Amino acid sequence: MTGITSFGGYIPKLRMQRASIAGAHKWADPGAALKGKGERSMCNWDEDAITMGVEAVRDCLKSGGVIPEAVYFASTTLPFQERQNAGIISTALSLGEDLSVLDVTSSQRAGTSALLQALAAVKGDQLDNVMVVASDHRRSKSASPQEFTFGDGAAAVQIGNKDALLEFLGSHSITVDFVDHFRGAGEDFDYQWEERWIRDEGYQKIVPPAIAKALEKTGIKADDVNHFVMPATIGRAVQGIVQKSGLDNTVVCDTLHQQCGETGAAHPLVMLLNLLETDAKAGETVMLVGFGQGCDVLLFKVTEAISNSRGGNGISGSLANRREETNYQKFLVFNDLVTLEKGMRAEKDSKTALTVLYRKRDMLLGLIGGKCTQCGTAQFPRQDICVNPQCHESHCQEPYSFVEEAGQIQSWSADYLTYTMNPPSHYGMIVFDNGGRFMSDFTDVEVGEIDVGTRVKMVFRIKEFDHSRGFIRYFWKGVPV
Amino acid sequence: MAAGIKDKVAILGMGCSKFGERWEAGAEELIVEAYEEAIQDAGVDRSQLDAAWFSTAMENVNVGKGGIALSTALRLPNIAVTRVENFCASGSEAFRGAVYAVASGACDIALALGVEKLKDTGYGGLPAAEQGTLNPLWAATGSAPGNFAQLASAYGAKHGVNKEDLKRALAHISVKSHANGVKNPKAHLQKAITEEQALNAPMIAEPLGLFDCCGVSDGAAAAIVTTPEIAKSMGKDNIVTIKALQLSLSNGTEAAYNAWDGSYFHTTRIAAQKAYKEAGIDKPRDQVSMFECHDCFSITELVTMEDLYLSAEGTVVNDVMDGFYDADGQIPCQIDGGLKCFGHPIGASGIRMLYEMYLQIQGRAGDRQLSNPSIGMTHNLGGSPVSNVASVCIIGAA
Repeated sequence: MTGITSFGGYIPKLRMQRASIAGAHKWADPGAALKGKGERSMCNWDEDAITMGVEAVRDCLKSGGVIPEAVYFASTTLPFQERQNAGIISTALSLGEDLSVLDVTSSQRAGTSALLQALAAVKGDQLDNVMVVASDHRRSKSASPQEFTFGDGAAAVQIGNKDALLEFLGSHSITVDFVDHFRGAGEDFDYQWEERWIRDEGYQKIVPPAIAKALEKTGIKADDVNHFVMPATIGRAVQGIVQKSGLDNTVVCDTLHQQCGETGAAHPLVMLLNLLETDAKAGETVMLVGFGQGCDVLLFKVTEAISNSRGGNGISGSLANRREETNYQKFLVFNDLVTLEKGMRAEKDSKTALTVLYRKRDMLLGLIGGKCTQCGTAQFPRQDICVNPQCHESHCQEPYSFVEEAGQIQSWSADYLTYTMNPPSHYGMIVFDNGGRFMSDFTDVEVGEIDVGTRVKMVFRIKEFDHSRGFIRYFWKGVPV
Repeated sequence: MAAGIKDKVAILGMGCSKFGERWEAGAEELIVEAYEEAIQDAGVDRSQLDAAWFSTAMENVNVGKGGIALSTALRLPNIAVTRVENFCASGSEAFRGAVYAVASGACDIALALGVEKLKDTGYGGLPAAEQGTLNPLWAATGSAPGNFAQLASAYGAKHGVNKEDLKRALAHISVKSHANGVKNPKAHLQKAITEEQALNAPMIAEPLGLFDCCGVSDGAAAAIVTTPEIAKSMGKDNIVTIKALQLSLSNGTEAAYNAWDGSYFHTTRIAAQKAYKEAGIDKPRDQVSMFECHDCFSITELVTMEDLYLSAEGTVVNDVMDGFYDADGQIPCQIDGGLKCFGHPIGASGIRMLYEMYLQIQGRAGDRQLSNPSIGMTHNLGGSPVSNVASVCIIGAA
C-alpha cells in the first residue's frame, strides 16, 4: 500500500501582524486596512527555504520517518540556482551519501508534483521510500497584496509502501501555460495578473476537469470526498471549484490564511498536514490539489495508522509556537526590502573557502563532533587529540552528532556592537547534557529572554551572507526551548 | 627544573608615546616617539642594540607584516628584528623575546617595542580580527565586549552576586581608573567620571555599558633591557629587574570540555601561580605593591583580581567596593589609568603597563607616585575568556 508513512512541518516562529503592515501603508492606500486582519508567518533573517526544509524533515524523522533513499525538495525560492539544494538538506541531517536527490521548482505546484514523482517511484518499486519536502520563503514588494497573503513555511512527507497513514488512491494532472504570475530569471519579485481573471479563467476552468478525471480514474464519487485541500488566496475561488465539481461545500479545508498565510509550493502539504493533525479520521477520503500552470489532483484514503502518527511538532505545533511581530520595519529588513546602513563593521569580506567547507562538511553542515573511544567524552569540534585533560588520546574520535543534543546556557551576552540583522547579537556558551560544549549564536531570541541555565536546542540556520559572491553560509544555532 | 628569569635581566630604559586619537601620527611616528624616550632613558645609542622584538597585532590597519617597519622607522643597524603577535598580549610577548635574549647571553642589549595604529579604520572599537578559514564558518558572531561580558553572567551565577551589585562594582572599577587617568598626561582619557555616569551609559554588550569598555587608541611603548651587571657597569643605580615572566595559553579545554564554569581565566591562574613561584612570592596579597591588569573591560579586571590571587575567590566585589584597589588602597590597580584611560593599541599595551610599574618603582611617576612600591606586576591578556593568552610579569627593585 503506497502512501504517506510519516510527516513533519515547520512554520517560523515570527508572525507578522497584518494590521502592522496595513498601518504602514494606510497613508498611501486607504484600502489597506481591509487586509489588515490576522497574521502571516515570517522567516527570521537567518531562515530560508533550506533551513525551514531541514526543520520539516527533522520533524518528519521524529514522527516515525526513516532515513530515505531519495530526497525531493520542492521550492520556488531555492537559495541556490546552481548547487543541489536538496543536498544541503540531506547533509545537514546526515542522511548519508547513498541517496538520490532532486530539486523541483518553477511552479506553485512544485510541492504536489514532487509528491507525485515520489509516489510513482515507490509505487513502481524503483525506490522503497522517498522524503518529499516542500518549502518556500517568497519575497514580495512592499505594499503589494502578496505581502499580506504570503507566508513562510515548510512541510515534509515520507512516501513508502508499508504502514501508510494516508494511502495513495490515484491522481490526475493537467498542464496548460496559464500565466497568473511569473518571475523571470534573475528577477527578485513576481509579476501578477488580475485576480478576477485568474479566478474565472484559471481556477474555475482548469481545476474542475482535472478533479473529474481523478475521480473517474480512482472510481471515487464526488460525494465521498471528505476533505478538499487546495490553497488559494482569491476569495471564493475554492468554493467555486467545489461547487462546480459536485463536492460538498463543507469539505473545504482551512487555508490557514489567518494564522500563517500561503506558503507557496509548500502550502498544499502544509494544509494537508494541518488536516491530518487535527481533523482527519481513518476511512476518510482526502483530495489534494496543487495549482500552477495547470494542476495536480491527488486522492488519498486515511488509514488506521493515522492514530499513532504523531511525534513531532507538525504544522499545528509550529503554529502554536508563535511570536507576534508588530514591527513592519523589521519585516522589511529581514526580507532585504530596504537599503540599510549596516556600518563599516559589515564590510568585512565573507569569502568561504570551499575546500574547507567540503573537508569539514559533516561538522559545518551536519553538526557532527566527536566522541572519544577511550574516555567517552563528547566534543565539538572533533580533533585528532581528545580534549579531555585526563585523556588527550590521539586519533580515537568517532563521529558524534550534536543535532538532537539538549543543553543549557552557561554564559551569554546581548551584543550591540557586532553587526547582525537582528541586534543585539545573542550568543553564549552552551553546555550539552551528554558532554561537549561550544560558544554558539542564539536565534529566535529577544532581549531579556535568556539567562544562565536557559535550556536550548540546536537549529540549522543561515550563518552569514556573502552578498558579493551570492554565497550563503549555514551553521547551527541555539534556540531556547 | 628551570631556574627561571628572576634578576637575570634589568630594564635599562623605557619610553611611552602619548596615547590617544593621534590623527597626526602614523605607526612610524609613534614608534619613534616611544623609542626616543627609551633610548635616552637607557643612555645608549642604536649601535649598541643587538636585537629587537616588535609587537603589532592588526597588520591590516597598522604597518603590515614583518619586522621591516621597525627597522626602517628607527634606521636600526641591520640587526635582527622579530615581529611577534599573540593577540592582545603581543606587547608582553615582545618584551619576553628581548628579556630571554639577554638572559640567554645571546644579546647584551635588546629592544622590545610595540605599536598599534587603530584609528585609521574609520569607525570606533577594535577592527575585526582575521580568524582564518575555518573559524568564521562556525564561531559565534560576536565582538570583544560580548565575549568578555559572558564572564559577568557566569560569575554572578556562580557566586550568587545579583546583577545590580555586580554592575555597581564594575562601575566602581571604571570610576577608579578614570580618577587615576586624570593624573596621567600620557593617557588618552584624562577626565573623571561618576558612578552614575558609568551605570547609566549606553549598553554595548549586556551587562557592559560604554564606561565598562576601554578606549581605542593609537600608541607605542618601548623597553630596552640588559643584564644587571651591564646596567651597573654603565653607572646605573635604582635598577629594576625582572622577577618573573610567564605566559599561559588555552588549549581548547575551556572551549570544548565540560569543566570550566566560565567565571574566571584558567590561563591567568596558571600564569600567576608560575610567576609567583618564579619571583619567590608566596603571599601575593601582602607582597605585591601595585599592578596593572588587562582591564579591556571592567569585568575582566574584576575576575582577574581573583585569578591573580589578590582577592579570595568570590570576594572581589567586596574588595572593590571597599577601595582595596583604589589609588589609596592597599594594592593600587591601574594607577596610570589602565587600558580604561590609555585605550588599547594592542601591540603596545603590555609594554605600556610595564612602563608605569617601572616609573613607580624608580619613584618617577609624578603626581601618581605611590609610596615606595617595591614589587609591580602586569597582567596582559589576549583572546577571550573561553580561549586566550595570559601573560604575567613581575618586576621590582634589584
